[in-house]
Amino acid sequence: MSTASPSPAKAERGVLTKKSLQADHPTWCPGCGDFAVLAAYYKTLEKLDLPQQNIVTLAGIGCSSRFPYFVNTHGGHFIHGRSLPFASGVSLGRDDLHVFVFGGDGDGFSIGGNHLDHAGRKNFRLTYVIMDNFVYGLTKKQTSPTSPQGFKSKTDPWGVFDRPTNPMRKLLSSGATFVARTHATQIRHMMEMYERAAKHDGFSVIEILSECVEFNKGAFDAGNPRKGGAFELIDETAHDVSDMAAALALAEEAWPGKFGVYYETQQPTKNRLEKDLVEATRAKVGHKSDKELLAQIFASMR
Amino acid sequence: MPHNSANPIPAREELIRDAVIRLAGNSQDGIQSIGGFLARLAGRNAQEVMTYMTIPATISGGPSIFQVRMGTGEVLSAGDEADFLLAFYQHSYEDHIGFLKEGGVLLYDSDHVEPDAQDTRFVKVGVPISALTVEALGGSSREKGKNLFALGLLSRIFKLDVVKLRAIFEERFGGKAEDVLRNVNLAFDAGFSYPIDNVLDRYFAFHSEEGQEGAAQVTMDGNTALTLGLIAGGVRHGAGYPITPWSTIMEMLRQQLPKYGGVFVQSEDELAAVSMAIGFSYAGRLAVTGSSGPGISLKMEALGWATMAEIPLVVINIQRGGPSTGLPTNVEQSDLLQAIYGSHGDCPRVVLAAENVEDCFYIAREACQIARKYSVPVFVLSDMSLASRIEAFDEPDLEALMIEPTLDTEDRPEEFKPYDLSRVTRHAPPGTWIEGGVFPQVTGLEHDESGHPSANPQMHEKMMKKRRAKIQQIAEDLPPSQIFGDSEGEVLVVGWGSTWGPIRETVIRERDRGRKIGHLQIRFINPLPNDLGEIFNRYESILVVEMNDEGLYGYGQLATLLRARYCNPAIRSLTKTDGLTFKIKEIMLGIDAVSPIQATTR
Ligand SMILES: Cc1ncc(C[n+]2csc(CCOP(=O)(O)OP(=O)(O)O)c2C)c(N)n1
Ligand code: SF4
Ligand SMILES: [Mg+2]
Repeated sequence: MSTASPSPAKAERGVLTKKSLQADHPTWCPGCGDFAVLAAYYKTLEKLDLPQQNIVTLAGIGCSSRFPYFVNTHGGHFIHGRSLPFASGVSLGRDDLHVFVFGGDGDGFSIGGNHLDHAGRKNFRLTYVIMDNFVYGLTKKQTSPTSPQGFKSKTDPWGVFDRPTNPMRKLLSSGATFVARTHATQIRHMMEMYERAAKHDGFSVIEILSECVEFNKGAFDAGNPRKGGAFELIDETAHDVSDMAAALALAEEAWPGKFGVYYETQQPTKNRLEKDLVEATRAKVGHKSDKELLAQIFASMR
Repeated sequence: MPHNSANPIPAREELIRDAVIRLAGNSQDGIQSIGGFLARLAGRNAQEVMTYMTIPATISGGPSIFQVRMGTGEVLSAGDEADFLLAFYQHSYEDHIGFLKEGGVLLYDSDHVEPDAQDTRFVKVGVPISALTVEALGGSSREKGKNLFALGLLSRIFKLDVVKLRAIFEERFGGKAEDVLRNVNLAFDAGFSYPIDNVLDRYFAFHSEEGQEGAAQVTMDGNTALTLGLIAGGVRHGAGYPITPWSTIMEMLRQQLPKYGGVFVQSEDELAAVSMAIGFSYAGRLAVTGSSGPGISLKMEALGWATMAEIPLVVINIQRGGPSTGLPTNVEQSDLLQAIYGSHGDCPRVVLAAENVEDCFYIAREACQIARKYSVPVFVLSDMSLASRIEAFDEPDLEALMIEPTLDTEDRPEEFKPYDLSRVTRHAPPGTWIEGGVFPQVTGLEHDESGHPSANPQMHEKMMKKRRAKIQQIAEDLPPSQIFGDSEGEVLVVGWGSTWGPIRETVIRERDRGRKIGHLQIRFINPLPNDLGEIFNRYESILVVEMNDEGLYGYGQLATLLRARYCNPAIRSLTKTDGLTFKIKEIMLGIDAVSPIQATTR
């Protein structure tokens, strides 16, 4: 960078600090669980020490999806429910980038639910964090797909009828190759999950129970020891993370369930497979220039 | 066509300039491939050629036609009437005999067709095509090969260049099992050697134009040309979801792009397709998405984001009949206003329309240039008729036209702002180092110059102007509009997209009968060229011809737009939605309606 710069540098090339990662002050309500999700992200990035210009922070729409504005990396605030295909394009277009996607339960499980299934089976190389608060925060307390039955929202004032999505089951069945669950009050655990997800070669997804203090207060106390709950970790000496049946069994456990890595497997990523295809095809066509290749097609149409 | 030439010519041979040949059968008979061979042959003989086909909407086959118009003059439309009809079945005969002109030749498979004996308007030639094909191929192939037998007959009747045809077979079938090519030749030879002289008393031969051997001609359909234009324009990435008639573009891109180091993704739906394409573009890889009808509707929200976030993107719409699932295999131009205005909010973007198969190549390439230069989504409108129609055109000069894609992650200076109000946005993809280390945000929320949300009303107005002004800038940079025919006079016929050919042919005919008429085809629809108002003032009437509905107020979509912009009451509208391309006759009637001939020609 320019040493003659008059104002103090915000970030210095090759040096990644928490300070250099901060951007706009978050606009969330005081006490919102999302602050901690952000803090853990800063710390994880600092620890991973990636080239700052190669980190990309993307999101859909929702309170949680405001995330990119609060992080000083290349960032994109896309449209509601479509952050995954957007991020998949970024990832597949550029092997040198580290792509992180943030969003809410409505964004991920409702309007974007179909994309989750396909990003999972295609195994794009990226990390997706669902900040699950069991409610629509930004639009002020409507039912979300993860709202429990009986939850009183503005669209179900008498209590929700519909059975909620089981987030872990949905993520597991999507074909995601890394699936973990954590709680926004557990910074160290969040960081551990982030780090493992970031290092996973494939589509990694983390559900973070992140409380909406405004519209769903106390929803996750059962998983918070400081509120009298239990934060029970998965014992990975007993749970084989590559065992899908065991992971699905964990997903069926009674509320608040267990936290940690439910499932991890190594499958070829879409990024790898497409790259291999390109290399094999380029070799087959004798590494001709683009112009020669196109001229060849025209010649075949004479 | 068949007209008696004044020149002394060998007996029983008529010299012709052009011929419209309609082949009617079922889709499984391979008539498309006869048409394809004829078109390619015409292209190699430096003849003009244009094809037209219908494909049944059902998968299991059904009536289908392929029409080829080839000749030595300029071929501008697929022809209002056929000179020559080849009917494989009774239904083919019955459905299409009305299209054969009086004195035209009806060639039919006498194993399946019994023409009306009373009808003496045509030269009727019956050949037992089915039986002879089975005989030629040894009987095992259940009438397969009829198409090649018929092509053999046509080659004889039209004195086609058999050596060149065989070379085309060789290219097409040479890679397959040996007996495939052998059977092709067997069936072809059987047709070619059929003693047609016993039933038809003349041959036809195309005028050979001397010195016509200019640039090599290539022969392809519009979707292929468009795909190649994208590649020439530097597109290496994209995403789509299958739908007729867009699918062949995505199939070809999927198969071709890996050769060029790129990737095309078949995504789970059109919402994902457009989002993924935008993701590629944001990452610095100019990308394409596309669709037809319903799929375009699904993309609209994300396209609005691309305008707001100022991300380059190419969007292809191969229009078909709407609304809703509509007429999936028919032509219509009813998505024009959607392309311009279809996303919510004031959402300026560029809209271009290809006028013929050749232009599909050039316009796709141009769309890539504009998208990059102005960091904006660019719509390319084509349609069902261009998608599948085959034309021959001069091989493009790739030395001059090829644009190699580059990834622009050069360091940006400290004062870099993603939405700098003082210049056209030049987006910085991730991976770009920003001096001073403040990284840009791209967003669909209204924002300040750094990309951070701003609900400030003045900022909203400034950003709105920024997004609008760069599109207006494109209009400033456009070349002057090209008028064909009279540059002032009675009527200016205005069209957009695939109506180019029929309008041009109509205008030629009208001028031949002494009328003062011009033709203007608008390729840039948003923004419109700046010189139209002055041009319109030079004519008594402006007739806008388009394949869409007259709407609630009596004007087609482009006519509505032009009337709104120019407030010129001389702008009139000719529309239709019968799912077919315009006939010359129909446009002539439209011209007569706005400008009756007796009133103007003294
Ligand atoms: C297409 C579309 N539909 C609806 C909305 C309105 N909307 C914005 S955010 C949101 C839901 C937010 O809930 P969630 O995804 O759980 O995020 P949270 O605010 O709880 O973090 C909705 C319905 C929108 N922006 N776009
Ligand atoms: S509404 Fe809820 S989710 Fe949104 S910022 Fe406030 S506390 Fe957080
Ligand atoms: Mg939520």
